[in-house]
Amino acid sequence: MSVSTRRRYAAVALATVAALATTAACGDDSEGGSSSSAKPDKLVVDTFGEAGYEDLVKQYEQQTGIKVELRKVAQLNEFRPRVVRSLATGKGAADVIMLEEGILNEFKLNPNNWVDLAPLVGDLSKDYLSWKYELGKAPDGRLMGLPTDVGSLGICYRTDLFKAANLPTARDEVSALWPTWEKFIETGQKYKQASGKAFVDSATMAVNGVMFQQKGADLFYDKENNNIADKSPAVKSAWDQAIALADAGITAKITTWSPEWNAGFKQGTFAATACPSWMLGIVETNSGPENSGKWDLAAVPGGAGNWGGSWLGVPTQSKHQAEAAKLAAFLTNTAGQVAAFKKSGPLPTNLKALEDPSFTSFTNKYFSDAPTGKIFGESVKEIVPTHLGPKHQAIKENAMEPALRAYETGQTTKEKAWEQFTKDAATQGAF
Amino acid sequence: MSLSATTAPPSRGAPSKHAQPRRRRGYSRFTRLDMKYSPYLYVAPFFVLFGIFGLYPMLWTLWMSLHDWDLVGTHTFIGLDNYSTLLGDEYFWNAVRNTFGMFILATVPQLALALFLANLLNRPLLRARTFFRMAIFVPNVVSVAAVAIVFGMLFQRDFGVINWFLGIFGVDAIDWRQERWTSWVAISTMVDWRWTGYNTLILLAGMQAIPRDLYEAAAMDGAGPWRQFWTVTLPMLRPTFVFVVILSTIGGLQLFVEPLIFANGNVIGGAQREFQTVQMYMFENSIHNLSKAGYGAAVAWALFLMIVVVSMLNFVITRRSVK
Repeated sequence: MSVSTRRRYAAVALATVAALATTAACGDDSEGGSSSSAKPDKLVVDTFGEAGYEDLVKQYEQQTGIKVELRKVAQLNEFRPRVVRSLATGKGAADVIMLEEGILNEFKLNPNNWVDLAPLVGDLSKDYLSWKYELGKAPDGRLMGLPTDVGSLGICYRTDLFKAANLPTARDEVSALWPTWEKFIETGQKYKQASGKAFVDSATMAVNGVMFQQKGADLFYDKENNNIADKSPAVKSAWDQAIALADAGITAKITTWSPEWNAGFKQGTFAATACPSWMLGIVETNSGPENSGKWDLAAVPGGAGNWGGSWLGVPTQSKHQAEAAKLAAFLTNTAGQVAAFKKSGPLPTNLKALEDPSFTSFTNKYFSDAPTGKIFGESVKEIVPTHLGPKHQAIKENAMEPALRAYETGQTTKEKAWEQFTKDAATQGAF
Repeated sequence: MSLSATTAPPSRGAPSKHAQPRRRRGYSRFTRLDMKYSPYLYVAPFFVLFGIFGLYPMLWTLWMSLHDWDLVGTHTFIGLDNYSTLLGDEYFWNAVRNTFGMFILATVPQLALALFLANLLNRPLLRARTFFRMAIFVPNVVSVAAVAIVFGMLFQRDFGVINWFLGIFGVDAIDWRQERWTSWVAISTMVDWRWTGYNTLILLAGMQAIPRDLYEAAAMDGAGPWRQFWTVTLPMLRPTFVFVVILSTIGGLQLFVEPLIFANGNVIGGAQREFQTVQMYMFENSIHNLSKAGYGAAVAWALFLMIVVVSMLNFVITRRSVK
């Protein structure tokens, strides 16, 4: 409930500023790197999804006496325009902004909007997964963001629905059902035969998982950031997998983040969904307390992958850059990442946090006491990040997913869907 | 001007010979200035605000539309290139078609219903008229977003009330967001719910301005209420009606919040852009695709021009009908 309302209010906020934003986008970029030495009264932090910072922020307030305003938006595609608007107009940006991997790459094209954190927080390169830390750097070498989480993959499933369909319910047995995506589809068909209901929410949901399992591959962009969406083998194989899922008829054909999707968690419209670790908090919020203990977490078919994950950056327009950088460091330090994980599930990138006993021994009560710390903690080490280009997020959300959805719901043919995707990918990706 | 000087009350006491004319002359000069410029001062607040929040952004958008404009980067002047691209842009025309489609689908039944309701509320014999007149305006007070959210729930595929209701009659669940027509119907319903009462009140005001004796004369000639509506109310109401049409045009062509929320915040509006409006397309280009802000500005100006043209058409029709 809270997620959906918040998200919609976000949509509204976004909507109301739309006209102004396009016309008033005349910001003066004369903002210098002025970091005032006086202690600020208040710092503002912008996050999306479930970052799990509520308790941490209270701690910070007690320790420093600086108030923190936490502004949350549930969904990335409504969060991003806000950030863009404040960058473009030079006003209204938070002091600390959460940058998802998809949009970080886009902002790397104009790194001047972001403070170089390295001089402000010292050398923290040894503290994080090295690839993750490196990805936080802009081409000009500045550290645009401190790593928060990665999106190690799993499959969330409903034990009660599995049981009703005569499928095993123990997480190890469930993981054993689907070493590959083909087996996953077979399991889905068995579920559908027994229950008459859809197995997963949508084909697009699964394709995200498949895409981010293409270890180290180029997705929509090659390493020189040329748009190769129409000829990338990694994209094609993910596409084919999604088509196979749709053809198997085991999807509920639900648009992710729609009201149907939110309600589906509670109502059991589907029994499984792809779960990067940050999704755990969203599954919990959407399913509500009445479904506590009905969800569990199994391995993802096809091996480890990384979907999503963020950094905390400080925009140059912040009036308290030094303090903001310290706050970002506080939120991403060992204790901060463990606490955020326990609260909402974003998976640590801080090496000590990944070793921390209170992380490794953590079990998630909502997910039938699944040892999420152990499961995700082990998969982190296998992650080889895929390469994401500047407009990755836009291509995924506005070209690939809609085209797949059009096919899944029977509005178009395979060939036409692919045509739609490649055409839109080319225009969304133009920059 | 001289009027105030002559009607100024004679001052009491014994003013010096020099002071009095001078003061009177000063007074009259002030009055003259007052008469001449005060009206401008009175209307100034609107025009100042309009200049800052209306004209300036408009001109700025025009300037932007002549550039290859990266919202957070560089700007290059390219003249009218954005506009020529726009003319051949399939998605732009798709958005135009959606916008006009939903505009017609929403406006026609809305105005018919508003006319009907206004006529009911205009009946002298109706009890608790004030209550009904106020009640009919309530939907307009509710925020657009709230309307969109609630209707978004009603039009859900799996658990929506509308599908449940249709299910009673054996209709299969409709996926309202997937087809062009169903999504248009859903969005038009939202628009109608919100604006019908508003238009009803304007039409009602227009009806009240029609002289009563026309109806009395009509009644004496034996015209029933229905005949009176067609031969007296409707012709006399024409200017008001066209005004309402113009208002609806401006609002309808700027449709944005309802379809955006209906699309769960995705600017492309449906898997195949079934209900992406021009405003959403503008948003997609300028905010969503940072580097194409200039193109987005061109879309904004194209929309502005479309509204001007359609409103002018309506205006021409009004003048003719009034004559």
